[in-house]
Amino acid sequence: MSAVAGATLRPDTPRTAQARPPLLEVRNLKMHFTVAGGIFSLNKAARIKAVDDVSFTIARGEALGLVGESGCGKTTTGRCILRLEKPTSGEIIFEGQNLCNLDRDALNEKRERMQVIFQDPFSSLNPRMKVGSIIGEPMKVHGIYPKRKERDQRVAELLSVCGLNPKFMDRYPHEMSGGQRQRVGIARALSLNPHFIICDEAVSALDVSIQAQVINLLEDLREQFNLSYLFIAHDLSVVRHLCHRVAVMYLGRLVELADSDELFTNPLHPYTRALLEAVPIPDPDIEKLRARNVMKGEIPSPINPPGGCVFHPRCPLAVDSCRQEVPQLRQLKPGHWVACPRV
Amino acid sequence: MTGEAIAVRLPRADIEAELAAARRPFFKALGTWVRNQPLGTVSLLGIIFLIFMAIFAPQLSPFDPVVPHYDEMLAAPNAEYWLGTDQYGRDILSRIIWGARTALYIGFTCAILGSTLGLVLGVASAYIGGWFDLVIQRMIDVFLAFPLIILALVAVAVFGTGTDKVIIAIALPFVPECARVVRAGALALRELPYVDAARALGFSNLRIILRHIVPNCMATYLIMLTSFLGQAILTEASLSYLGLGVQEPNAAWGLMLQGGAEEYAESAMWIAVFPGLAITLAVFAFNLFGDALRDTLDPKLRAR
Repeated sequence: MSAVAGATLRPDTPRTAQARPPLLEVRNLKMHFTVAGGIFSLNKAARIKAVDDVSFTIARGEALGLVGESGCGKTTTGRCILRLEKPTSGEIIFEGQNLCNLDRDALNEKRERMQVIFQDPFSSLNPRMKVGSIIGEPMKVHGIYPKRKERDQRVAELLSVCGLNPKFMDRYPHEMSGGQRQRVGIARALSLNPHFIICDEAVSALDVSIQAQVINLLEDLREQFNLSYLFIAHDLSVVRHLCHRVAVMYLGRLVELADSDELFTNPLHPYTRALLEAVPIPDPDIEKLRARNVMKGEIPSPINPPGGCVFHPRCPLAVDSCRQEVPQLRQLKPGHWVACPRV
Repeated sequence: MTGEAIAVRLPRADIEAELAAARRPFFKALGTWVRNQPLGTVSLLGIIFLIFMAIFAPQLSPFDPVVPHYDEMLAAPNAEYWLGTDQYGRDILSRIIWGARTALYIGFTCAILGSTLGLVLGVASAYIGGWFDLVIQRMIDVFLAFPLIILALVAVAVFGTGTDKVIIAIALPFVPECARVVRAGALALRELPYVDAARALGFSNLRIILRHIVPNCMATYLIMLTSFLGQAILTEASLSYLGLGVQEPNAAWGLMLQGGAEEYAESAMWIAVFPGLAITLAVFAFNLFGDALRDTLDPKLRAR
């Protein structure tokens, strides 16, 4: 692990690499969107670099947090891994196969192993389907439990695993509360026995007490079934609680990646520092004494990102060379990767 | 299946008992609807009456609608001929009852045909997107530039007259109208997380369209369908009046307004008044019912 020379390692090898072989490996993922200006101006199309050269791995049973501001490319990264978008370039290697060049059938087979939980518990469930069909349909399509009775039994089991009464399978989503719907979303994600679940802001739309319940549920499920999570969030305390490692994104790029405790106690990248300083402490006395370095400026437009290091216009440490050179991730401590030459 | 199944076994009897839970009774829901939509209820009763008339036309009509009674020409409403007779001595009541059959047959066929084809085209256009969507939508723009009756006239000029051809002539202009509205809804649905979830679960495009997009377009579809019913009946009457729709001696309301109705408008006004009344009430009933249905099915309007 830490004994390996940093320079040759990928910026993603977890410290416990031997114990956990990678389940998912994302290499140099790029997702550029073309913004067409209409049919008469196709040649003037602008490009948005939503995700630019992102690499990381996730081991079996590991939870990786992906944090950053709105619009930094977290969700797009998740959508690329699920292959809801076709990445511009890069490789997504899941269980030894590159998802980017699989055909439709092979991809659908892989999709049994990889699922998603969405942010909005209201629009993520089909309002015209009963909970039983919502959770049962994936099993029907993939031929798991082809008999109706067995499938219903299984749906009931999944509901109770997710802390819901099995009789909810006869209800429509609009007859349930937000927290209950989110549990239905989790049960649907579990229906195909996945190894890997992308939680795209899975708790952000819930109120705090329900959030805690759902986070505990996710944690229990991970331990029980050895699941891996890519936990996309902007709530840092949730990420710290749930994730083993955390990756920080800014404007489509990974700026820092480290073990959860390491990142929160010893943030190195100036952006991560600013992000952590922005988290309020629920004690007015401490809050009063804190030195506040509020980040200056706004997040730049991804259509016209700054050259060199994308963070340089807002960075307190920026020097002239930051304007020209795109910083690469380098390992400063074992398992702690930072894309900044100044720290 | 690989991977460890997520196993918590529940006693089967428990689950079956839970599943047997009662549903919301249908009649209770109907009662609420009647109270909230008095106009809708009246129009629904009118529509049911019309349908009843159309189905039991042979039993209900006192005379054969096409057989002339030359000794009773232009008779005013009386005990024998309740609504009078026309210039050939045909019973107007019987012709109105049989005309309901023509009107509803053409109305329902056109509305169902037009809105269903529109649904297919609209959903396909939204789901496939890209150049396909662009081309389809520009073609729809061309169709929407013309009023319904003009398009129907063009279609009659191409296909000719007669009941079946009139159906095509009226249904055709409905297709782009419905497709445009359905497409707008389907475009929004396509971007919803549950459609993404369906794709992530590896469902086929056909399954996503049929199970996840089309059922959520049903409200729009039904509203368009009912609004087409009234329009179709009115257009059929217009075409028949112009002599381009249903042909004599068949009974059709629009046809009854033509010929003798015009000639004897002052001396025997019943020839024109009663079929006109039938058209008005039928169209009115379908439109009112359409409005009530829209209020019920469209949650955004319901909140107001």
